[in-house]
Amino acid sequence: MARKPAAEASLKEPAKDSAESAPPVATNIPRDDLLKLYRDMLLIRRFEEKAGQLYGMGLIGGFCHLYIGQEAVVVGLEAAAKEGDKRITSYRDHGHMLAAGMEARGVMAELTGRIGGYSKGKGGSMHMFSREKHFYGGHGIVGAQVPLGAGLAFADKYLGNDNVTFTYFGDGAANQGQVYETYNMAELWSLPVVFVIENNQYAMGTSVKRSTKSTTFFGRGEAFGIPGEQVDGMDVLAVKAAGEKAVAHCRAGNGPYILEMMTYRYRGHSMSDPAKYRTREEVQKMREEKDAIEHVRQILVSGGHASDDDLKAIDKDIKDIVNDSADFARESPEPPAEELWTDIYAEANA
Amino acid sequence: MAIQILMPALSPTMEEGTLAKWLVKEGDAVKSGDILAEIETDKATMEFEAVDEGTIGKLLVAEGTQGVKVNTPIATLAGEGDEAGDAAPEAAARTNDAQPDAAPRADEPPAEKGKGENSRDETGEAPDKAPAAPKSAVETVSTPEPDASPDWPEGTPVKQMTVREALREAMAEEMERDEAVFLMGEEVGEYQGAYKISQGLLDKFGPRRVVDTPITEHGFAGIGVGAAFGGLKPIVEFMTFNFAMQAIDHIINSAAKTLYMSGGQMGCQIVFRGPNGAAARVAAQHSQDYAAWYAAIPGLKVVQPYTAADAKGLLKTAIRDPNPVIFLENEILYGRTFDVPVLDDFTVPFGKARIARAGKDVTIVSFGIGMAHALEAAETLAQDGIEAEVIDLRTVRPLDYATILTSVQKTNRCVTVEEGFPVGSIGNHLSAWLMENAFDWLDAPVINCAGKDVPMPYAANLEKLALITAADVVEAVRKVTYR
Repeated sequence: MARKPAAEASLKEPAKDSAESAPPVATNIPRDDLLKLYRDMLLIRRFEEKAGQLYGMGLIGGFCHLYIGQEAVVVGLEAAAKEGDKRITSYRDHGHMLAAGMEARGVMAELTGRIGGYSKGKGGSMHMFSREKHFYGGHGIVGAQVPLGAGLAFADKYLGNDNVTFTYFGDGAANQGQVYETYNMAELWSLPVVFVIENNQYAMGTSVKRSTKSTTFFGRGEAFGIPGEQVDGMDVLAVKAAGEKAVAHCRAGNGPYILEMMTYRYRGHSMSDPAKYRTREEVQKMREEKDAIEHVRQILVSGGHASDDDLKAIDKDIKDIVNDSADFARESPEPPAEELWTDIYAEANA
Repeated sequence: MAIQILMPALSPTMEEGTLAKWLVKEGDAVKSGDILAEIETDKATMEFEAVDEGTIGKLLVAEGTQGVKVNTPIATLAGEGDEAGDAAPEAAARTNDAQPDAAPRADEPPAEKGKGENSRDETGEAPDKAPAAPKSAVETVSTPEPDASPDWPEGTPVKQMTVREALREAMAEEMERDEAVFLMGEEVGEYQGAYKISQGLLDKFGPRRVVDTPITEHGFAGIGVGAAFGGLKPIVEFMTFNFAMQAIDHIINSAAKTLYMSGGQMGCQIVFRGPNGAAARVAAQHSQDYAAWYAAIPGLKVVQPYTAADAKGLLKTAIRDPNPVIFLENEILYGRTFDVPVLDDFTVPFGKARIARAGKDVTIVSFGIGMAHALEAAETLAQDGIEAEVIDLRTVRPLDYATILTSVQKTNRCVTVEEGFPVGSIGNHLSAWLMENAFDWLDAPVINCAGKDVPMPYAANLEKLALITAADVVEAVRKVTYR
């Protein structure tokens, strides 16, 4: 059943358990795993910063929702996944794709609308997919990915494998009716799906407190019999540990599990959001006291796991990958005009 | 080595903006995420953050300057603040990459620039004109000759079967044939089907493959689409298509568009089926024909059979089709009996209309229950010596334009018949298409017979007035034949 979070993340009492002092859980994590978590989060941050820059230059159009600040959620959960597990999310999806192992080049080129993008330039920021990496989108309608994710889990259960689907959605989507229709069926049919609520406190410009009286989301599965817990989503190690527990629950055939990740996005809802609904100080405080990447950096340095030079080498490596992706995204041609008419229907082959 | 900071585009439509306020001054050290300036876009005042670390060199644009074009250099960032070591020169050079092609064209709007240096080089011109639609799975316009082959070989034995039995047999055969096919919906299992279409399937295939759902169309349609993404071949039964409006986001946004949005990677093999259109005396919320709605969507295929043979052959084709298919049945037709060929594997292709009755004086185009009115009208007209050619479209997407065109070129007259609302109907579309493609062959305007432009009334007399009748069709034919 629903339980209280071990370490509650809150805007009001930030950072008791992070940054300054490494939490005890860190000592159990091997050095290479810590470095990988650091690296994966840093790749997302730098990639998103570059995307923001290319947007500013007019190379990326339309809507562009950056994941900066929330990196620990997807990186921690990917560390709990195995080959064959699936993931599906909303339109704030660049981080999920990179964490799933999709190529930075293909993602960035999709952002610039080029043929080298994952969707040949026809999907854009919000619509990318990779069957190979079991990433099922990239969905632009708030909440729609929730039943779709349960459907992926339905397929795995039907096929008799032990794969799990991570279905990500935000605090905004968490108020949608289809989420509760899905909770009901997912528990009824014991579907192996982890519902991951990325509670970044704001649904576009509406804070959680202004959209619901019931401001904790992890307990909303209780009515359907789905266990859930709240997790400090700025602490990648806490996320990983919670993910492992949830995944074990699903793989054992016990049905779905809800993880409410308390997180924070540093940038606006999309590139054109001036974010006037929160104070600059609030954002600054989270950045300074709760930053997920800084947290792991501190653990690495204070625990003697990595030297400044080691971290600089990682920084350089990441910068190279991101710059290479940006170069590729600029050089890749636009899709040829003929692409207008392809991929509307799959060929029948019966 | 200085990096130029450029005026950013901060909304999808911004071409220039006002540099409202500098929040840094020359000589300030900045790091990634620091706010450099406030910039007024066409929509709002935005904070502009630093991407690179360094020391602010010169502020090139003064506070309060209006109309600063996107990509104009607004400040310089001194490189010495960049990290030490051999990474630094490259990092600086890289972040500089805005300049070579962006800065010189800073006076161009970003949309132009976004079009890319590449495509223009390749083609010599920007591809602003869409190429003509190729012959695709859906558009059969360019087929020179209609396919008039019979649906089953001559001499094949036939048996009498209701539409209901035909649909059930189609599902059973396909579930037998392919383990990935399963049926889900309200009351499809233990209740044996609200309209008894799925009667016996639970006993035959078990609860894994015949899945009863709660009454939550939005949710279970989404789960069905997700299962299709996951490699299964769901048949999602809606108790009626009226309730599918709760699920229409998943049918259109999730099922129909994903293949395109994924650049061809992620198809969705799924059938949405159930009764559609008016039943009898169930009033406005339960009496609507959705053929024209779904037919408007690229990415969907839309089927509306009339006979039992078509119901069976088209449903089998639908289940095998790798695309989302809307399969519109009719409650009134469920109990009607037709000849169905006795064949091991009888299928009917999409996009091939059936000439239900040959004639030379007028072409009547219909589908689904409209065919009942069309055929009845043709009988009446024949008594007056008017020989109508009646075409059953069977699928409204893809549409068999070739068969319609060939017929109209012979008869020079056309009447369309459907049960749906008159505005934006299939008939409207065919009229426009014939005007473009058969103008010189037409001896009269095309007339669309459709339901009345009102919500379906409950009262028996009013309901009768709202629905199309064979008499409406007869009257329309008399108008276009001037007889």
